Amino acid sequence: MSGTALALIQLGAVFFGLGVLGRIAARIGLSPIPLYLLGGLVFGTGGLIELREVEDFIHIASEIGVVLLLLLLGLEYTAGELVTGMRKSWPAGLLDLVLNATPGVIVALMLGLGPTGAIAMAGVTYISSSGIVAKVLNDLGRLGNRETPTILSILVFEDLAMAVYLPVLTAVLAGVGFVAGMTTVGIALVAVTLVLIVALRYGKYVSAIVASEDREIFLLKLLGSALLVAGIASAVQVSAAVGAFLLGIAISDSTAHDATKILEPLRDLFAAMFFVLFGLSTDPTTIPPVLGWAVLLAVVTTVTKIATGWWAAKRAGASQLGRARAGTALIARGEFSIVIAGLAVAAGAVPDEFAALATTYVLLMAIIGPIGARIVEPVMRVLAGRKQRVQVDPLAE
Amino acid sequence: MNVEVTSLPGIGVRKEFSLTKVDRRIGIVDHRDGGTDLIFTKIGDPDSTVQIPLSAVEARTLASLLGAPQLVAQLREEHRELDGVSTRSMLVPPNSPYASRRLGDTELRTRTRASIVAVLRAGQVLASPGPEFVFAGGDMVVVVGTNAGLDAAASILTDG
Repeated sequence: MSGTALALIQLGAVFFGLGVLGRIAARIGLSPIPLYLLGGLVFGTGGLIELREVEDFIHIASEIGVVLLLLLLGLEYTAGELVTGMRKSWPAGLLDLVLNATPGVIVALMLGLGPTGAIAMAGVTYISSSGIVAKVLNDLGRLGNRETPTILSILVFEDLAMAVYLPVLTAVLAGVGFVAGMTTVGIALVAVTLVLIVALRYGKYVSAIVASEDREIFLLKLLGSALLVAGIASAVQVSAAVGAFLLGIAISDSTAHDATKILEPLRDLFAAMFFVLFGLSTDPTTIPPVLGWAVLLAVVTTVTKIATGWWAAKRAGASQLGRARAGTALIARGEFSIVIAGLAVAAGAVPDEFAALATTYVLLMAIIGPIGARIVEPVMRVLAGRKQRVQVDPLAE
Repeated sequence: MNVEVTSLPGIGVRKEFSLTKVDRRIGIVDHRDGGTDLIFTKIGDPDSTVQIPLSAVEARTLASLLGAPQLVAQLREEHRELDGVSTRSMLVPPNSPYASRRLGDTELRTRTRASIVAVLRAGQVLASPGPEFVFAGGDMVVVVGTNAGLDAAASILTDG
């Protein structure tokens, strides 16, 4: 069989397999991300079958996947929403950052993953999956709830924090010196600020450059500009992902809506490749030694996220039930934790255990998150019921 | 009326207000991708709401249903002096033969002597629609005429 034929068969099998996995995930009401990771684990190094013929394609496809993930994240928010979200939620956002990044740092240091591994792990445990959270909120019919704006503004803060964190991470991973590292971070901060200002004042001109009535031209201009910006950002060490995110913020209004619609299927395709690649590059045999740590980290960061949401919702005046809902809604980690871990692994700056720990952790959190959000109300009712019974009993005597 | 507008970043905009007779809130979530949800505070938990997703046609129909009674009452008041003339609101159902056809095509005036004086769509009143006006399923029309004429008009709009 020729190389091309084999590559097509392998790629077809991967796509079809992912489709089946996605369907299973949808059936049981879960995010497909953990299943994609599992799929990657099965087919990768040390797994059942190795996919040599399509490795190059999957590699570049996964790079595009990251760019599209971040571009769509930027498209999701207007600059105005980011600025007001930031202003309203910074205390909760900071608490979120401290409470949830710290466990990652501590476990990474205890496992001997080094300072680089610790910085990367901080991001993995910090950032909630805005994709999973938004889907869970809508599925459970909680968009009208009082605590929902609080949850969403924390997500906005996290995503903006990503724009600052990713260039820092890229600099650390590249192992550049302190001065060069600070320069990169400086460039990134200036870029973030400039883009926010440009997007607030002149967003419509940026939109006008990429906008087009014709679907095909629109798609080509969008994808072209995204890859160009990502490439240039990557060349000046600011991280391709941040470039794409900033471009997404700069595109506004109806152009942003149209862009989201046209890019969503592409993102799903390429991002799936990215998750598979991450699974592929993780050797399943490295998982058992870190399994205990991953479970511990999952338990601790579930508690810290609940605490974050609880505190933030309390400030916003929500009832106990609302606070519990806000806390559990934030638990899920997903796509961006893997983006961070993917950057670290691709740079080769972290030991093998890192990928294993990150994969297992995200697998657990992507499952615990939606389940936690679902069971919180019955659990709180049972707790409340018990408390009431204790109060009522003495009267009955 | 004090309508509370909250932006839901990444999702859309929420607009709601407090109800005076019961201690509850009611409103809508406008999704950025076009959908609308009706939201209503649940009993027993002031923070959580019932969320009912509505299609575009359903939202339009609900808006018309809510907007019609006031307009009809107002017109009825105006026609009170005229004996035998009354005002009624009726729905153009989504499956009506005249949904997405012109008002002129119904020949309502010739067939029933009743006339369409207003159309309610998406909570807005479109007054005195001309023959070139195109109906959409879910439109609420306000018709003035004799009782027999109004009955005939209703059956024309529903069954053709």
